Amino acid sequence: MRLLKTLLTASALAAVLVGSAYAKTLVYCSEGSPEGFDPGLYESGTTLDVNIATYEGLLKFKLGTTEVLPALAQSWDISKDGLTYTFHLRHGVKWQTTDYFTPTRDFNADDVVYSFERQMKGTTYLPDSTFAYWGDMSMPDQVAGIKKIDDYTVELTLKTPSAPMLANLAMPFASIVSKEYADKLAASNNMAQMNDQPVGTGPFIFVNYQKDANVRFKANPDWWGGKVKLDNLVFSINTDPTARLQSLKAGECDVMDYPNPSDITSIKSDPNLKIEQEKGLNFGSLMYNTQEKPFDNVEVRKALDMAIDKKALVQAVYQGQGQIASSPLPPTMWSSTDAATKPYPYDPATAKKMLAKAGVKNLTVKIWAMPVSRPYMPDAKRAAEMIQADYAKVGVNATIYTVDWAEYLKDSKPVDRDGAVIMGWTGDNGDPDNFLTPNFGCAAVGGGNRSQWCDKDFDALIKKAAATTDIKERTKLYQQAQAIFHKQDPAVLLAHSIVTMPMAKTVSGYVIDPFGLHHFETVDTSKAGS
Amino acid sequence: MLRFILNRLALVIPTFIGISILSFSFIRLLPGDPVDVLAGERSMSAERRAQLIHAFGLDRPIWQQYLDYLWHALHGDLGSSITDAHPIMGEFLTLFPATVELTLCAMIFATILGVLFGILAAARRGSWVDQLTMGTALVGYSMPIFWWGLLLIIVFAAGLHWVPVSGRISLDYYFKPVTGFMLIDSLLSGQKGAFLSAVQHLILPTIVLGTIPLAVIARQTRSAMLEVLGEDYVRTARSKGLSNFRVIAIHAFRNALIPVVTTIGLQVGVLLTGAILTETIFSWPGIGKWMIDAIGHRDYTVVQGGLLLIAIIVMVVNLIVDVLYALINPRIRTR
Repeated sequence: MRLLKTLLTASALAAVLVGSAYAKTLVYCSEGSPEGFDPGLYESGTTLDVNIATYEGLLKFKLGTTEVLPALAQSWDISKDGLTYTFHLRHGVKWQTTDYFTPTRDFNADDVVYSFERQMKGTTYLPDSTFAYWGDMSMPDQVAGIKKIDDYTVELTLKTPSAPMLANLAMPFASIVSKEYADKLAASNNMAQMNDQPVGTGPFIFVNYQKDANVRFKANPDWWGGKVKLDNLVFSINTDPTARLQSLKAGECDVMDYPNPSDITSIKSDPNLKIEQEKGLNFGSLMYNTQEKPFDNVEVRKALDMAIDKKALVQAVYQGQGQIASSPLPPTMWSSTDAATKPYPYDPATAKKMLAKAGVKNLTVKIWAMPVSRPYMPDAKRAAEMIQADYAKVGVNATIYTVDWAEYLKDSKPVDRDGAVIMGWTGDNGDPDNFLTPNFGCAAVGGGNRSQWCDKDFDALIKKAAATTDIKERTKLYQQAQAIFHKQDPAVLLAHSIVTMPMAKTVSGYVIDPFGLHHFETVDTSKAGS
Repeated sequence: MLRFILNRLALVIPTFIGISILSFSFIRLLPGDPVDVLAGERSMSAERRAQLIHAFGLDRPIWQQYLDYLWHALHGDLGSSITDAHPIMGEFLTLFPATVELTLCAMIFATILGVLFGILAAARRGSWVDQLTMGTALVGYSMPIFWWGLLLIIVFAAGLHWVPVSGRISLDYYFKPVTGFMLIDSLLSGQKGAFLSAVQHLILPTIVLGTIPLAVIARQTRSAMLEVLGEDYVRTARSKGLSNFRVIAIHAFRNALIPVVTTIGLQVGVLLTGAILTETIFSWPGIGKWMIDAIGHRDYTVVQGGLLLIAIIVMVVNLIVDVLYALINPRIRTR
């Protein structure tokens, strides 16, 4: 009986202590549910957000930039031929201790080798699943192998030199998982837990996930980067942007993502809220099929470009939260240039003359407007309506076509597709190659290259740049490629959007990530009673 | 009675097969597949596409996919989600209590108020009470759920702060779910204020989800009551000098109840449909929201499995209603 009493008292005391530790809690209103907690398995930003709270990779991006910094690797050397990367690992990094796992050793080379090898093998521990991002970043074509040299040195070998490799390794899919934890789960035939209960080295420790409701984290007291300012971090899942904003206004959450552009004014006028903004790493565009007549004629493409009033479009569709694009590469990205690539001016009179000169009469264009809001295109239907009105002024009849998102993605890809597609891109790794190759490379014709545009000179330049490691040389090559793009005008570049994060005034230290992910290790809150 | 129940049960088998075919083919009839959604804006090489299609088991002949699905479904295995690889049955069981809790509350809200308003309107036929309740019912029935939900949130949650905006309970409370029903779990947790918070979170979604059934039940009760009030036995009861209350509540209402019970049963399907929108607006983690996400992702296994489970539940509820109906109305079971 006495023992029971002691135990009860101890647990009550523990509860109080835990309660008092719940001092600084930040609630982030997230727009969707994470698909799982293994950083290798998924690609959506919503899922990567929860992964980066817990996990880290060998490298990381400097917060708010695309600059690559050391993380679990303290330094690295690249061989002269660009095929061997040697990483020197950080000492004394602790794996997180949780209710479901207590590590017996620190992070070391075995974890790195395991994390890479499992993705190289391709098969996962779950049925019907793959290491999706690893595949989509073409890692299988680039990585030859990984080897442990000693406990704190690993060697990564490549099949061909790859300039974006370091940036790829800073992406969340290349996070390092605990081999000890994986071995323990495998031994108990319970590998699926890896995807439900994560163990990382990062700033926050996973506490609990209530499906479609919330994800809870607590600060990692042993984080090598120092203890974070928050004690608790909660992702509260709320899919509707209007409802999300109401939660923010009611004080139920402190930070929200993806507001409706039309709500920005009301957020600015709320005395308890503020807005953080940053230029997004993206572009929104209208992609004609350059293999179909009359869009195969560069003069027609330029005329249709000049017929669109992009200033009005940025104002109406992006609510002013964007800038007119002149290159697919956003201005914040290295090698982006507008020296040779000023946006085509809005000039319907000249456009009309150019169309007449090209012999284009009674042209009808089908404009594809996506049914979803994307960071690079908040309201495609509104954009399509404005383009339709602009085209009418130059005698081009435009019809607007919209279908469900899955169908849109599929049907806009084929080479013989008709019309012009509103489409865009948000960068994965901050490398220019990641913008140009998937959207305008010859290999992406019939896929992500919805302009179906294959220019041999442009393609040769971007291929050469991807295999060059010298950044000055790469910059030169990308600038030449951008000049060709501008001259050929295979797609009307509409805008680079500005990313907007509304939050309570009590929140400080939030840095907007150019890749659209949400990081909380630098965030603090002064909310009373939180 | 037993024969009646057996007859009804026999109908369940062809219905089940029909539903399994419909749920299997419905999502596949939509253009686009899970791999398209996974690739998003990105290009995907033919090899990689083929590899993913194979990984998801979508390269097998369609009949084989169906038979596999049916065979496994009959063994209680609905497979795993294509999008997140989690077992479907487990996900359904985690999320379903939230939907049941909300649906039950909405049902109780709609039934009590609907019956009450219906009786009032019938008893005061032609008066302003009748006009007002039926007019309001018509408005309620025509109300778009999404708009109605957001309106209530903006006024009562964000504006007046009387109730919370979304979720099932305040984030201040944290406990592991035992039953999945927040009202019960919050009581079991023993945390002060947890139950009250759960109740507060239920108010708006209950009203929003219950509005349409409330309107339907109110109108049905009114017309059933009016029909019964014109019957001879009611006139007899009145002529015996019984009080108006007794005539309405005991003599008339009991007989008017038969069509009302059927209406209430039929509203379960309506409620589950309404739950999809209500759950989305109020971030209510139930099956409605889960299914909507799955359709967007073309998550074949979740959609077909989820639809099958929902259809079975609606089928069982209708079966129970049929039996109840037979219990209330002896004419049915002898037919």
